Amino acid sequence: MSARNAERAPVLEIGGAALRRGERELWSGLNLTVEPGEFIAVLGPSGSGKTTLLRAILGLQPLSAGSIQVAGRGVQRGNPRIGYIPQQRPLPPDTSMRARDVVALGVSGTRFGLPIPRRGDRERVDALLEGVGASHFADRRVGLLSGGEQQRLRVGQALADEPTLLLCDEPLSNLDLANQVGVTEIIDRQRRERDAAVLFVTHDINPILGRVDRILYIAGGRFVLGTPDEVLQSRVLTDLYGTPVFVLRAGDRLVVVGVPDAEPHHDHEDEA
Amino acid sequence: MIAPLFDWSDVFSFQDYGALVALLANSIIAGAVLGVVGGLIGVFVMQRDLAFAVHGVSELSFAGAAAALLFGGSVVAGSLAGALIAAILIGILGSKARDRNSIVGVLMPFGLGLGILFLSLYDGRSANRFSLLTGQIVSVSSPDLGWLIGISVIVLAGLLLMWNPLRFDSLDAVAASARGIPTRFVSLAFMVLLGLIVAVSVHIIGALLVMALLVTPAAAAMRVTAGPLAVPLLAALFGFVSAVGGILLALAGTLPVSPYITTISFLIYAGCWIVQRVRARVRRTDTPRPGTTLPA
Repeated sequence: MSARNAERAPVLEIGGAALRRGERELWSGLNLTVEPGEFIAVLGPSGSGKTTLLRAILGLQPLSAGSIQVAGRGVQRGNPRIGYIPQQRPLPPDTSMRARDVVALGVSGTRFGLPIPRRGDRERVDALLEGVGASHFADRRVGLLSGGEQQRLRVGQALADEPTLLLCDEPLSNLDLANQVGVTEIIDRQRRERDAAVLFVTHDINPILGRVDRILYIAGGRFVLGTPDEVLQSRVLTDLYGTPVFVLRAGDRLVVVGVPDAEPHHDHEDEA
Repeated sequence: MIAPLFDWSDVFSFQDYGALVALLANSIIAGAVLGVVGGLIGVFVMQRDLAFAVHGVSELSFAGAAAALLFGGSVVAGSLAGALIAAILIGILGSKARDRNSIVGVLMPFGLGLGILFLSLYDGRSANRFSLLTGQIVSVSSPDLGWLIGISVIVLAGLLLMWNPLRFDSLDAVAASARGIPTRFVSLAFMVLLGLIVAVSVHIIGALLVMALLVTPAAAAMRVTAGPLAVPLLAALFGFVSAVGGILLALAGTLPVSPYITTISFLIYAGCWIVQRVRARVRRTDTPRPGTTLPA
């Protein structure tokens, strides 16, 4: 296959995928093809299996049916073509790392053997820090940085291998509005400049609404897939949830009202 | 005239000091290696929130050693078996901090009680009894010292070989597994290394006091620096100074080694704490703190 064809091939192909946890089927019959440079938001109530979908793509969670192909190949753990950006959780203040060390884990953190830096590591880390706007706090203790600063470092870490697919798991939660915009911009720049595809799990569509190509909305084991205008309609979501749901516009923000509560005590969204 | 409660010459007396040092060279080497490795592993113990687990592992290590004493096995092998069983149990069952703390809370008194039972059934030399709890390296036999040094070196090698993945896993296990690090293997391997070094510490400083070498030096280092090289190097240095300094001081008197080690280790921590406070005050009054939020 020529390099040109490889570039044009879909970054991610999910076919007839189903996933069950114990007795419960999270979802089934999922088909999704993601082209390079596409920005796809994954929405749905907590417990609907959004995080589990990302884990399946990462090869950390086997499917119960169907297949997943990343850049034309089956899933494998530690695929360097995938960058994973987790939720912001504050790091303990006494964490014995500087900002640059967090990013450096993306470059050298998976290497077993004596921890001797290789030629070019430092330049790579500097470039990544620059790319996420973290150069000016690169040498400060990471535990003393703000949530927005810490999250930039996680993004820098995830970009270390120039991934062609970015999996973002609620990367904006716990961030203030200015940092939500900043972090989204960094992720989106990777899409525009490097043609990376983005799969963005979120509970709030508003911070990314202007950038999203398609939405995958999962609820109650079913899903709809389409452009924001197609999916974010009262009729469509009412049909998906099987109960009246209203999509309201407040200025340029969208609010979804009437979503039934997710199952209580279903905390896997926060778990590894 | 009232007799003094104790004689200072019991605490310090440097008569024949050189000869003593030569005689106990192996003990000093064992202390030095343990100090360095304990300081290094302590960095991860702190990062992974395992200080309480260290204590639990050491009590089961004590039970294992006491059992060996009673049934006539090798005390080193007994302490290793106890420590490894505890460490692996905690590693498998306690991946979440809450679960881990309850498991350690259950294991610790069980191990300590078991050890005390074995010791009270044992009618050999009574000096051995206390030495497992409070340490007495000078009473460890020469072949056993060789074992302790060898095990410490193995732990050092293991730590260095998985240094980077261990750092990644300790900071963010979710991101580490997404990047393909076998996080379950890494955590379990770390617990095995921790079990090994705890068993060594039990012989040198005693089951009740292992934290002074496996936790305090790293905690002290983390108060004054955050660099990826500076923290482990400083922690190793603090551990080395505590262990070797403690043994050298103890040789000059008739008191056991452990109080010297724990005191030095504590004083280093106190010093680092003061340095941190002074620095924070200087920073607050001198320069305005750099902004914590960024322009978008």
